[in-house]
Amino acid sequence: MAGATTMNPGSAGSRGLTRFEAKAATRESPLVKWTILGVSLSFFAIFLLMPLIAVFVEALRKGWETYLTALTDPDALSAVKLTLLAAVIAVPLNLVFGVSAAWAIAKFEFRGKHFLITLIDLPFSVSPVIAGLIYVLVFGAQGWLGPWLAEHDLKVIFAVPGIVLATVFVTFPFVARELIPLMEAQGREEEEAAVVLGAHGFQVFWHVTLPNIKWGLLYGVILTNARAMGEFGAVSVVSGHIRGHTNTLPLHVEILYNEYQFAAAFAVASLLALLALVTLVIKSWVEHRAAQAYKVTEDAS
Amino acid sequence: MSTTTFRVLPGFRLTLGYTLAYLSLLVLIPLAAVFLKTTTLGFEQFWSVVTSPRVVASYKLSFGASLLAASINAVFGLMLAWALVRYSFPGKKLIDALVDLPFALPTAVAGIALTALYAKNGWLGQYLDPLGIQVAFKPLGVLVALVFIGLPFVVRTVQPILEDLDTELEEAAASLGAHRWQTFRHVVLPILFPALLTGFALAFARAVGEYGSVIFIAGNLPMVSEITPLMIITKLEQYDYAGATAIATVMLVFSFILLLIINGLQAWTAKRTGRDR
Repeated sequence: MAGATTMNPGSAGSRGLTRFEAKAATRESPLVKWTILGVSLSFFAIFLLMPLIAVFVEALRKGWETYLTALTDPDALSAVKLTLLAAVIAVPLNLVFGVSAAWAIAKFEFRGKHFLITLIDLPFSVSPVIAGLIYVLVFGAQGWLGPWLAEHDLKVIFAVPGIVLATVFVTFPFVARELIPLMEAQGREEEEAAVVLGAHGFQVFWHVTLPNIKWGLLYGVILTNARAMGEFGAVSVVSGHIRGHTNTLPLHVEILYNEYQFAAAFAVASLLALLALVTLVIKSWVEHRAAQAYKVTEDAS
Repeated sequence: MSTTTFRVLPGFRLTLGYTLAYLSLLVLIPLAAVFLKTTTLGFEQFWSVVTSPRVVASYKLSFGASLLAASINAVFGLMLAWALVRYSFPGKKLIDALVDLPFALPTAVAGIALTALYAKNGWLGQYLDPLGIQVAFKPLGVLVALVFIGLPFVVRTVQPILEDLDTELEEAAASLGAHRWQTFRHVVLPILFPALLTGFALAFARAVGEYGSVIFIAGNLPMVSEITPLMIITKLEQYDYAGATAIATVMLVFSFILLLIINGLQAWTAKRTGRDR
């Protein structure tokens, strides 16, 4: 399912005319061209651009003071902390998993490989609500481990561990999905040469593999982080919405919104929208660097 | 099977073992819980839950709106991808980057922003309302939210295929006397088609499970504007775990089938275009 989010080196548009516009055979008449441009860009403006602008306009509707008050509210600050905490745990866990899965899948041949890749993709095709539900079924009061957890005074559901688990689940495939095709494309000759020359396993990874995959790795981490901080459905199911305790930023937005504190809700939402914009900027930069690195290898070979 | 293969590279057992353990603990075992919990229901009870009128109404809305949204995205996403690859215009790079916004923007934020736009006094709602078109708190609102979240799937699957397209094919068609439309219809579209269908399927799969961006704008009226994921939440809030699980089972089975179809489509795209993926 991650097919659409994977990095695509070489997608950066060239300056001036595209190669298609330069030739009569691959050029549409001006009327057709302007119709396509007009319709597609209007669609873009209405469906993507306007919601983004609306977030910031609504956030500042009641002035900067309300805006800053909403952001410095203790409940908002504790939501920021919890959101950061969930991301700080989920991102490294899925990073280690992604590298490990990509190493096994890309560098070795074994039976059931494609099936394994499909299984890794599973969390993408599961509704976020179900992602929350499955942990309620395992760790909830009526769940498999519920009685045992209660006996030992441990809480997972309606507590921070549940939020972290749900976050890990929804961001599960990002890094692996990014690295598997990249590492498959690079083959294993370089690593094998390093081993023959006497390098240990970790040295091989650190000095040979990592420099080759660093942009893909960073790309996967950015996507994981964005989703981890922004997840709503899955976290909503396991959180219990306890203000100041189990509220992440997206859940805090919902609470404020449902209490008709629209300006405050949009103020907190604008933080998340900024995060999304920063994510897109870093993502474009990484794509640009990856395209350059790709070009250098192409030229060298 | 006593074939021993000699592996030069280290770490196969460790990494595969860790992968399988992590996958099982976090994904497979918890997912299995859904199916096991459902078996405690008994078939008749299960059937009465998943075919109750309110739940069936939610399937119709979820699947209907998702299909329609994915179709809208297929058409406009193709046009947008075409514009981004084939034409040069100011701000192109910015627009190209912003196409991924629905991937990066938290769904709850998208939900409240769309609601604000399409409410009766919103930027768009104020013009639509006099025309008798109500979007927010109606099934149409669900459609708008699903179009928003699905758009990048189509653009990002079609775009690379369009970029890789050789101009020679179209030049050959033109030199043989084909009109531009004929060339598009008979030369370009058949090459793009598997990718377009994959993008459609990805957008559809995402839309069916979507929750955050929809619930704010949907109005959530029983029988009218309730989506299936919301039915799961409703059952959970009533502590009806078995009922929630039964609906989740239906959705999961559907998602798995769709996942298999998408995998097949991606293989077809790869075969058709000679790309690795």
